[in-house]
Amino acid sequence: MRFRANLVIGGALFATVVIAGLLAPWLAHTDPVLDADLMYAEEPPGSAYWFGTDAQGRDIYSRVLYGARISLTVGIVSQLINTVIGVCLGLSAGYWGGWWDDVVNGLTNLMLAIPSLVFALAIMAILSPGLTSLLIALGLTNWSFTCRLARAATLSLKSQGYVQAAKVLGYGDLRIMATQLLPNMLGPIIVIGTLGMGSAILAEAALSFLGLGIRPPFPSWGSMLSDARDQITTAPWISIFPGLAIFATVLGLNLLGDGLRDILDPQARSRRA
Amino acid sequence: MSSAPLLEVENLRIDLAVGGNRFAAVENVSFSIGRGETYGLVGESGCGKSITALGLIGLLRPPLSFGGGTIRFDGREIQNLPPAAMRAMRGKRIAMIFQEPMTALNPVSPVGRQIAEMFVLHEGVSWREAERRAVEALASVRVPAPERRVKDYPHQLSGGMRQRVMIAIALACNPDLLLADEPTTALDVTVQAEILDLIRDLSAAKGTAVLMISHDLGLIANMCRRVGVMYAGRIVEERVAEEVFRAPSHPYTSGLVASLPLLGARSRQGRHRLKEISGVVPPVTAFPEGCRFNPRCQRATDICRVNDPAITPLRNGGVRCHHHE
Repeated sequence: MRFRANLVIGGALFATVVIAGLLAPWLAHTDPVLDADLMYAEEPPGSAYWFGTDAQGRDIYSRVLYGARISLTVGIVSQLINTVIGVCLGLSAGYWGGWWDDVVNGLTNLMLAIPSLVFALAIMAILSPGLTSLLIALGLTNWSFTCRLARAATLSLKSQGYVQAAKVLGYGDLRIMATQLLPNMLGPIIVIGTLGMGSAILAEAALSFLGLGIRPPFPSWGSMLSDARDQITTAPWISIFPGLAIFATVLGLNLLGDGLRDILDPQARSRRA
Repeated sequence: MSSAPLLEVENLRIDLAVGGNRFAAVENVSFSIGRGETYGLVGESGCGKSITALGLIGLLRPPLSFGGGTIRFDGREIQNLPPAAMRAMRGKRIAMIFQEPMTALNPVSPVGRQIAEMFVLHEGVSWREAERRAVEALASVRVPAPERRVKDYPHQLSGGMRQRVMIAIALACNPDLLLADEPTTALDVTVQAEILDLIRDLSAAKGTAVLMISHDLGLIANMCRRVGVMYAGRIVEERVAEEVFRAPSHPYTSGLVASLPLLGARSRQGRHRLKEISGVVPPVTAFPEGCRFNPRCQRATDICRVNDPAITPLRNGGVRCHHHE
């Protein structure tokens, strides 16, 4: 099998973040919330504090590790909600057409017209800040691209011979959607899903940065960036390391999505074999 | 053969909606198929063969719609069956194979699974049992090494192999009737013969009736006992296959037979131009007055331009022409 740089690098980056998040209690040097020591506030990176310390004297390395848990949870869960909503709506709208298609199209256009971050902000303002509300807000506001994609794929797949054949062979509507349509559009859906995970992580960072996401003192990369705003000239490491973590995670997810698309196509699979 | 035919179609009409108007794309089509019989429908492209087949299983979609007539299958009228009952029938009692084996299989699913799905769907067996029977089904359509092939994806198979898989899927639940819509058109000539042999052998072994749709007169003559010749949405001649060739009665049928290239004809008759029927099938929106074949017919007289001919019974069939032979 040919070496796939994007898949390997993307997978490695993403796996690193996942492992860092899972093993955070063992890898971290200090407790990310409680171990604040003002005597060592704003220490630059060194042998004791690998990534330096923040204004409260907390170890940034430990906080970045724990922050991975929140970012990954938000990215994976909210994108999963988005994908399920988008695929269900897009697939059914494309397949059945008619008034249902009009309704779904209208909804999609509405979602696309309002910037999703503004929408998420509104939802967060209604719900109380916290992880659950964050998951709901981001899970309900970013399904329109998946929906569009699923609908377009359904429309083009619907006229394929095998979908017609399935009908002739007595398949019901739901079975056709599950066995004929969904598997054939899975590649692009997964690609857009991983990309969406990246943007959900960015959105979490943005919401936390604005103070509507994860509440301090709990470490989320976004809230860390937000806290570091005042020290950006005097202690840049406080913002650099969470920023790098976001960058690496989103880059990893994008490369992974790209690589997955290549191997998810069965035709490409056997061309290589 | 029992006395009642398996399928009886009477005065089938299929409408085509064009800009608010309805035109009969298929009209007054009546034929019947006995149990285990192979019946042929032959005609040019656009004469209504394929939509007749789709009409039989209730799969006409806009702009096409069922316009009237009765379809009796196994003694029961099925033209107004509710969708769920019709769906239960498709695949289990009436199955269909298509012209394009390249596109009729799901590209992301192994072929064995696609065959197995039929057993799960229509017979409610477990997946394990269904996968086992898929291997048998693949063996029955003479695919070599079926236990390995079930894991293959459609693109890994040749056109002939895919059509075999399609036949295995269609015949999986031992349907009473197989609709074969130009099953060999997209295949090489040598593969065509194998596939036709396969359809003939399997339908004979399982007692499956076949509605063979083709524009290939030779194929139809080989496979079928009786033949219906379609022109512009109607059956214009229905006869026993060999009589259609030996003594075609309708001028359209004569034209079709005369336009067949015959091997060795040049040495017997000298070099001459192949006969063709001038003109094309008229579009559904502009069927002519009187006999629909009259603008292209050499025997056409005044009555043909005014009066639509009824069916004249012949021995073993009938013909729709004022000047039949």
